[in-house]
Amino acid sequence: MKNDLVLRVVAKLFIPFILLFALYVQFHGELGPGGGFQAGVIAAAGVVLHALIFGLDAARRIVPERLVETMLAAGVLIYAGVGVAGLLLGGNFLDYFVLSGDPVYGQLRGIFWVEAGVFVTVSGVMLKIFYMFAARGRDEDGEEA
Amino acid sequence: MSLAPHLPALQVVLPLLTAPAAVLLRSGGAAFLLVTAAAWGAFAISLGLWQQTAGGEVISYAIGNWPPPWGIELRVDRLSAFVLVLVAGMAAVVLPYCRQSIEREIPRDQHYLFYAMFALCLTGLLGITITGDAFNIFVFLEISSLATYVLIALGRDRRALVAAYQYLIVGTIGATFIVIGIGLLYLTTGTLNLADIGTRLPQVSGERPVLAALAFLTVGICLKLALFPLHQWLPNAYTFAPSAVTAFLAATATKVSVYVLLRFYFSVFGESLVFDRLPLPGIMLLLSLAAMFVASAVAAFQDDLKRLLAYSSVAQIGYITLGLSFDSQSGLTATIVHLFNHGLTKGALFMLAGCLVAVAGGSGLARLAGIGRAMPVTAFGIVLGGLSLIGVPGTVGFVSKWYLVLAALEKGQWWLVMAIVGSSLLAVVYVWRFVEIAWFREPPAGLPADRRLPLSLQAPAWLLVAATVYFGLDASFTVGSAAAAAEQLLGMTR
Repeated sequence: MKNDLVLRVVAKLFIPFILLFALYVQFHGELGPGGGFQAGVIAAAGVVLHALIFGLDAARRIVPERLVETMLAAGVLIYAGVGVAGLLLGGNFLDYFVLSGDPVYGQLRGIFWVEAGVFVTVSGVMLKIFYMFAARGRDEDGEEA
Repeated sequence: MSLAPHLPALQVVLPLLTAPAAVLLRSGGAAFLLVTAAAWGAFAISLGLWQQTAGGEVISYAIGNWPPPWGIELRVDRLSAFVLVLVAGMAAVVLPYCRQSIEREIPRDQHYLFYAMFALCLTGLLGITITGDAFNIFVFLEISSLATYVLIALGRDRRALVAAYQYLIVGTIGATFIVIGIGLLYLTTGTLNLADIGTRLPQVSGERPVLAALAFLTVGICLKLALFPLHQWLPNAYTFAPSAVTAFLAATATKVSVYVLLRFYFSVFGESLVFDRLPLPGIMLLLSLAAMFVASAVAAFQDDLKRLLAYSSVAQIGYITLGLSFDSQSGLTATIVHLFNHGLTKGALFMLAGCLVAVAGGSGLARLAGIGRAMPVTAFGIVLGGLSLIGVPGTVGFVSKWYLVLAALEKGQWWLVMAIVGSSLLAVVYVWRFVEIAWFREPPAGLPADRRLPLSLQAPAWLLVAATVYFGLDASFTVGSAAAAAEQLLGMTR
């Protein structure tokens, strides 16, 4: 679809807004509908759209496989890390109250980082699944691209 | 800051942290060291928890400092601590075995992912056992199940993919049934905390949703624990999974499902509903006897060592549920002690079978002809494990069967004693089948000349064989813990 002018222009227009919307859903998550999972999917959808229009290789240049695999592990570590931080600061596991002097602010801080972890893992997993399916039949032969 | 009050959380978090860390490390060797260290740490924690609960205390841990029943509670009593010791202990023994074992069975660039999956599987199994929240059980069940499907699919035989797919379908049906049951319980009581559901259920007016929940949970959990006739996924999964995975799953996965069943029956629904007012003991008894006889007989006709042992597992699960069907303290003791003993025995047997596979190149009995002469020590270990399956005095199998017979006699059911002895004779048949092929057949010419096995394959397997004999001679730890756990479990019920 690289040669279709309309698609290329529309995709280039859309992708920044998709990513911006993902960030809105991410940071508005604790106040309205949304959160890390939805935002992660939307952000991954932006990259998927890029891959559909400009080709898989172009998308892999921007978001390489290796980064995707790192993301899907790092998100879980961020989430669990928040839990361990609560533990080290004298609370229970995943205790947000102790993350700040003010318990309410501590809750906000805990939710922020947990949602960040979810975002990173979910967008990583979504991209990994897309890459694997999109690459099937192309670089078959057992070689992972 | 002291870590002691946080042991319940660390029990799950420690292996959980190592899974993503193993992926980030991208190196099989480093991931191996990390996950093994975490498994040993988890084993130490489980022993600590076992010690803290041995006196009958119940440890409650509020995740995120949200008090139960609103927040998620981790809850350790004698039974869960005993199962935690089994699961974490088996992981700690199997992981050192993994290194050399998967070297022969799994491509090297996938090793770090294997260890990540193993850590997730361990996390899930420990989580199911320690949590006091019904929905949390489902979540951890899915974590361990999904990791298990991947681990089984890693087997080098292409049929491993079909086996994993079959288990995925059946396991998903089981998990769906479980979540429907939990949903119905939530609908009727408005809470997800197991202890809280247990106290609220008697005040529920309409009984039909509760009975439906009980039915869904029973069928779903029995699918996961492979109770006859819901065991069809198990033989293929155990046969085609990598040897180390089979050893770990056979020793832990079905046992944790038995734990979930006990937890729901005794801590949630209550003994009177399950055993007195419903025909459940009769059904359980019938299915257990069917498992003991049919699966043992089927095992005798298998032509693959791992599949033979898998069918034997189905039969041994029959003994576990048989003890449950007695609905008495001695029966429950037999159930809990056999859960542990059978885990030890099957872990040892599958690890030794993996040693034979490493040399002979396959687990088909035709390939193993004459292996007893070629590898006498390893084959002797399998016979020792087989003696425990039969229930010969001096092995853990005898201890379990002794308590089963005691429970049957307590009920005055002599014919059941005969049934237990009769099914043990069937175990003699399938163990003898291995003995005959291993010693009385000519070894095939194709066996490699270099039959030495690395120490890391032999030592863990023999450690478990030694435990099989040790706990068969000195059962104070196993029977003591099981009897205390049974007492506490029965004390909880109304």
